[in-house]
This record gives sequence, structure tokens and C-alpha cells, in this order.
Amino acid sequence: MKRVYVNEEWCLGCHLCEYNCAFANSGERDMAKALKGKKIFPRISVDGEEGNSGIHFAVSCRHCTDPLCVKSCISGALHIEDGRVCIDHDRCVGCLSCVLVCPYGALSVSGSGAVQKCELCLENSCGEPACVTGCPNRAIVYEER
Amino acid sequence: MSESRNSYVIIGNGIAAAGCIEGIRSADREGKITVVSKERHPVYCRPLISYYLEGKSKLENIGYRPDDFYEKNGCEVLYGESAVKLEPGRVLLSDGSALECTAVCVATGSSPFLPPTQGYETVPEGRRFSFLTLDDALAIERAADGNSRVLIIGAGLIGLKCAEGLHGRVGSICVCDLAPGVLSSILDAETSEVFRRCLESNGIELMLADSVERFDGQTAVMRSGRTVEFDLLVTAVGVRANSALVADAGGEVGRGIVVDDHMRTSLDGVYAAGDCAEGYDVSLGARRVLALLPNAYMQGHAAGVNMAGGDECFDCAIPMNSIGLFGLHVMTAGSYPTEAEGGTVLREGEGENLRKFFVKDGRLVGYILVGDVSRAGVFTALIRERTPLDTLDFGLLPSFMAFSAENRRKKFGGVV
Repeated sequence: MKRVYVNEEWCLGCHLCEYNCAFANSGERDMAKALKGKKIFPRISVDGEEGNSGIHFAVSCRHCTDPLCVKSCISGALHIEDGRVCIDHDRCVGCLSCVLVCPYGALSVSGSGAVQKCELCLENSCGEPACVTGCPNRAIVYEER
Repeated sequence: MSESRNSYVIIGNGIAAAGCIEGIRSADREGKITVVSKERHPVYCRPLISYYLEGKSKLENIGYRPDDFYEKNGCEVLYGESAVKLEPGRVLLSDGSALECTAVCVATGSSPFLPPTQGYETVPEGRRFSFLTLDDALAIERAADGNSRVLIIGAGLIGLKCAEGLHGRVGSICVCDLAPGVLSSILDAETSEVFRRCLESNGIELMLADSVERFDGQTAVMRSGRTVEFDLLVTAVGVRANSALVADAGGEVGRGIVVDDHMRTSLDGVYAAGDCAEGYDVSLGARRVLALLPNAYMQGHAAGVNMAGGDECFDCAIPMNSIGLFGLHVMTAGSYPTEAEGGTVLREGEGENLRKFFVKDGRLVGYILVGDVSRAGVFTALIRERTPLDTLDFGLLPSFMAFSAENRRKKFGGVV
């Protein structure tokens, strides 16, 4: 199965993936309308050293083969679809049990209070991960490993 | 695939049972599975009963698995039935029948503990409740109205989630507890105090370090001398593992049914999982009942795989909780050794944004995070995996910069 991977040697720490992710999942067609002046809730986040130099890398859901978040979900919202870890937002009650157990820090709270996570942009209109297509240095890739 | 000759009985129909069914089916597509379900509901998300009262979960969404779950997994469910005796190779049911099986999983959960209190029987039926099952929640809902005065005994996870669920749909809520603070089983004094203030500012009346001396109808007379009049009484002081089946059959039982890391009990062919089981807690280095949903699922899954002849070890259980009350969130994990026990506390922040880490022998063994709980699982993994803290830069957590480049490559460079 194809997953999102980041090559930290190539990551510039520009945070564009965060904006592209938030836009892709906003349901809006215009990026400025979707993001301008708003607090964004990306499902990928860039870790790294302060400033533009040094080490950076983006972190998002690993789509684990044996995901602890799914086993720990109290509402049945998290589930596996063809190897992808997906979330049913209507069922999520925001208990954050998944945040409690995910070793990759890959789930976060959305603006609505429900949990959000990377679903590889297959649930939105992008069809392929927006963080990958928008990465200016091709540090983030979508491939089989 | 050759036809399996195995047949399985699962006693109980909660989360551990669902894990057990999925565990069995990962190893054996054919063997017969019979589920003995005392409750007359398909497996549902038990912790959602408070969210249901609060209006955050709909009844049609409370199921833990899709409607065709049992059918798809080839299970027969005996609703309204219970097991009365374990015999080698079979389970006797309350209707007098017997189920033959090659392996059985006891997933009977727990029952509310009702402390013997003088006059409890004078509280009218229909006005006194527990809060563990969907039927409990539905009964409370039927009995409550906008003027109801609710008395909840027990300021633990269950009692307080019940209070939150009822908040806004009853007249008043009073919670009492023998302990001097709220959530005393998972919080320390400092963080407990943060939650006491949060609850009181949301209109929940607390009577701490106090307990009911006697009931007289709809009046509770407290040890402090106070009297509390109520319309609804909810008792949530704790639970007891339903371990009698195994104990009666001569199996080893402590506070729960004793299991090894393959969920085997001391009885041949008998496994146990979930709130009725007493397994090994790696953060404590001792056995204890870990009545938590994730634990129930994982124990059930391991039991199922092993019942079907596979090999699944579940040896990384730790206590952990994620609880939100009136918008304030807290996560806890592991154990909190005192200085006398060789522990050190690392502390950051204040009040509603407070983090406490408990370190012992160079390893993180527990934490309490109030407010900002983002990426808490990174800390949980350190406890579960017993990671030596000298292999990382703890101060940088939860950024993955805390780990070596090599470690990051393992985490993020391939399939995990």
C-alpha cells in the first residue's frame, strides 16, 4: 500500500504541507478563502530545529498495519479501510483516547472538537495527498515501501 | 482451507468479546463461535453512555461494530443468557443447556459495587441506579426531568462522566466521595484540585471526604451530619470483576481472573479478557485489573488468536486514561512513584495547563497531563516500551527531534 513518507534530508521546514493539507480538507475551492485569517488545523505537522537551517521533517499518520488508535477508539469512529486508517467524524466524541496511544503523535483535535487525521486525501477532492503534490523540494513522497 | 474442528464459546458480549471474535477469525475462519450475552444488545461502546445522556452520541451510533458484525463473523449470539458453570470442555447455561467447546473466553466484565449502607432499600426502586450499562443510562434518562435533584455517590471517572452527561438536563447535581479529592484513583492532589475547581465552576456541588451514613427514602444522611434530598441516586463507587465462574471451577483468582501474557487462566482451555481479568501491568511490575477499553480489546484479541491455535502475546499493558470534563482534558498513564519509592517528578506549567512526568530508574513510568494533551501518545509509548531516557533528549518532547536520526528513520522511513 502507498503511504506518505518524508525524507528529512530534503525537508526545508517551509510548512507549506500544513497549509496545503488544511486547504485540501477545508472543502473550499479558494485557498485564500479557506485559510486567510483563520486558525488552521492541518493533519500533518513539521517538526524540527528553530529557524530555516537545520533538520526538519513532516509528521503525519503512518497508517500502521496494527494501529493502536483503532483498537483504543471508544466510539468505533476509527476503522481500517483497505489498509488506510480512517475516521468517521460523526461518531467521534472527542475523548482523545487515540491521542493518548498514538506513538507518532499523528492524531489531533479539529476545529469542531472531533479528532482529525491524515486519510491520504482520498476522502476529499484531491484524490492524492496534497502535502506530497505541493512539496516544493519533493521531500514528502507517496509511495510503496 | 480445511474445515476447522474447533468451537469457541465467549462468555460476555462487550469490547473484549468483540476483540476475541476478531482475534479468532484472524486465525480460524471456520470454527463455530457462540457468544453468551447477558445484555440484550449487540456489542456497544460502553463509555458512550455518558455522551448519549449529554446528547453527543446518538443511540443508532452507539454500536461498536456494524450491524452485520456477528453474521459476517459467523457467530451465534445467545441474548439474555448467562453462563453458570465451567466444566472441562463445556459451559453450562442458566437455561440448563450446555455448550461443548474446544476453548472458552471469559469476558464477563465487572459489576457495580454497592457498599452496604443502612436504609438503601428504602430508596424507591426507579430512583436508584448504577451507571455501567446502556440500560442503566436509558433508565436514568426515563426517570430524570429538568427539576430532578441528582445525588451521585463516587467522584471517580464513572460518577463524574455521569454528572457531565446529566448536566443541563436536570435541576441539580451533587457528587460525594469518601476521598478528599475528585478522580482520586488517577490524579494526584494538585491536579485533582484543578478538576474540583472546574467542576464547581460548572455548577456541580461536591461533598468530598464525606459519605452516606444512611438513607431514609429520598434523603441521604451524611457522616458529616448534612442531609441531602434527592430524586435520583446514582451509585458509582467502583466495580468488582465478575470472576466467580473461574473461581468456582477452581481457577486462580485475585481481584480479577488471573491471566498470563497469552490471556490463559490457570484452567485448561479457559482464557479471560477485559474488566474481569487481572493481567500484568508493566509500569507497576505487578498484576492488576486494568478496566480500560483499549486493554479489553487487546486482551480479547490476544485471547482469540491463542484460542484458535495462533500465538499472540499481550505484554505491554499499562493503566491509561483520557478524560474530558466540561471542556478540560486530562490524560494519565502508568504509575506515580513517590520519592520514597525512588521516583522523581518533572513538572511544567500551572493550573489548567500542567504536565507532570514520573521517572524511576532512568525510565518514564507515568504522567499526568492537564490541558495541552497534544501528542500524549509519544510519552505513553516511552512508558509502554520502557525506553531508557538517556537514549533521547526528553526536554524536546513531544517533538521527534528528541530522538536520534536513526530512531526517526525507523519510525517514519518505512511501514510500521
